[in-house]
Amino acid sequence: MQELAQQVVSGLATGSIFASMALALVLIYRSMNVINFAQGEMAMLSTFVAWELNQRGLPIWAAFALTIVIAFVGAVALERIVIRPVEGAAPLTIVIVTLGLFTAFNGIAGWIWGYVLKTFPSPFPTTPVRVGDVAFSLQDIGIIVVSLGTLLAIYLLFQKTKLGLALRASALYPEQSRLAGIRVSWMLALGWGLASVVGAISGFMVAPVVFLEPNMMQGIIVYAFAAAVLGGIESPVGAVVGGLSLGVVLALLGAYVDFIGTDLRLPVAFAIIVIVLMVRPAGLFGRQKAVRV
Amino acid sequence: MRLALVACGLLVALLPWVIPPFVTFQLTYVAAYAIAILGLVILIGYSGQISLGHGAFMAIGGYTAAILLAGAGIGYWVSIPLAALLAGIVGIGLGFVALRLAGVYLALATLALAASVPPLLKRFKALTGGVQGLSLPSPHAPGPLQPFVSSETWFYYLTWALAAVAFALAWFVLRGRVGRSLRALRDSEIAAVAFGVNPVFYKTLAFGWSAAYAGIAGAIIAIVTAYASPDVYSVALSLELLIGVVIGGLHSFLGAILGGIVVEFLPLWAQKINPAVESVVYGVALILVVIFAPGGLAGGLSRLARALRIQATPRSRPASTIEAISEKSA
Repeated sequence: MQELAQQVVSGLATGSIFASMALALVLIYRSMNVINFAQGEMAMLSTFVAWELNQRGLPIWAAFALTIVIAFVGAVALERIVIRPVEGAAPLTIVIVTLGLFTAFNGIAGWIWGYVLKTFPSPFPTTPVRVGDVAFSLQDIGIIVVSLGTLLAIYLLFQKTKLGLALRASALYPEQSRLAGIRVSWMLALGWGLASVVGAISGFMVAPVVFLEPNMMQGIIVYAFAAAVLGGIESPVGAVVGGLSLGVVLALLGAYVDFIGTDLRLPVAFAIIVIVLMVRPAGLFGRQKAVRV
Repeated sequence: MRLALVACGLLVALLPWVIPPFVTFQLTYVAAYAIAILGLVILIGYSGQISLGHGAFMAIGGYTAAILLAGAGIGYWVSIPLAALLAGIVGIGLGFVALRLAGVYLALATLALAASVPPLLKRFKALTGGVQGLSLPSPHAPGPLQPFVSSETWFYYLTWALAAVAFALAWFVLRGRVGRSLRALRDSEIAAVAFGVNPVFYKTLAFGWSAAYAGIAGAIIAIVTAYASPDVYSVALSLELLIGVVIGGLHSFLGAILGGIVVEFLPLWAQKINPAVESVVYGVALILVVIFAPGGLAGGLSRLARALRIQATPRSRPASTIEAISEKSA
């Protein structure tokens, strides 16, 4: 029972990282109908920037704050320069462009920082806290709080501000929004910036756990795909629920099902993607789409 | 056209006698990659289905050959076709899944497949040798030929011959009914179905066929390197195949060979500077090609050839057809 509770909490911690990455994917999918395959590598690059700032003497939380600004500005610039020329192109074209970004960013990080594992300072104490018989790590709790806090902030931004309304409007009705005076194309760039910030935060959270290196996010982005598909790729709430439940399921499978253990977590994610897309393509929280012929 | 083909054939036949053995070995790789990339030309270029996971089929081919050769002592004459068959069957299976997943979803699912390959290979140790992988008997030319050709040269010829068969088969099949049906499905599935094209049959056929080609390529590479290990079949391999087909040219047979050359030689050249340069060049090239030259290298070459021909003969074909039409109407 005790062990079960610990597994659930650590599952929720990894799950909240999946949830943030999945939300970043959903933010871009909603506005452009495209998956940004470079989302994980953008997060990895941001995490390296934070590490570098920290190495140069900035306290870790200040490094995070500065990196978030860099991640936002960088992603907006990226959208303007690289994605803008293919904005109306076929989805596969944009997919290939984001794959190009994925490969290029991975190489850039390897070029500047090398492929040696780096320890990333944890912003939270690693001491356990005891609640009754159960020991939780403060790091896990910290990860959950920061990730869910980020998701809440994004939710408030989208639901309670005028900017959020403009972002939602231009995602759902680009033509009408343009008529109402919203600069739809800039809203797309802003979406990229926000997604990049959410990704960067999940990078900060995961780096102390898995060590920092250029391939750090490659597994996590696959889990984020699975989380986004499970929750429904158009649904922000779905991304969060999908991410958390995937984290818990993987933790429990790893602890209690010997056949799967920790080795077969990626194939499980693949199986989830395929099964969900075959059985219920809209995911748990998405709406089934009717295609007009 | 026919002359150019004969010239290329002669060039391929004579090259191993003038280049060092190591380059012969690299050109064997080029042919193997070209077969796999031709599979992607069929799948992405002709049938419009994307796959970021064809490294998985190369893994199936490679391990099939490795298990048959190392474990059962079955020669490569049998194990290469079996590798193609097994990869093809699994490909048809994935093709049925792909029917339900359009565009972006298929990209996502196949990338997850590519990421699942190394963990699966490591997990089932009894069959695959786990992390260490499998060692194969070192390759050599058949007994009677050994005094005349080195093993590098022999496998060079074998691989290019297989490539020639794969290309010829694709040429004959795609120029007729099958190619027409695939292109029709790609451009408008609804219209194609209305004309009686069976989407389930043709789309799964394309998937299985391209997977079989990837299986052949995987088997060849495992045989010539005498080694199969999980880290060979990483996500990077699947992405390299995609990069090869996009840079070479998505709709072109020549593009498959150019893609094979790029995938084999670009990393070797880049590694002289820094191992990370390869990824940067690949990534930037991918973006530039998609935005500025969607036809890839092959598309660029054919445009260049057309421009030269137009300069050589000022009365180019389009002009004369327009004249012919206006004459008729007058």
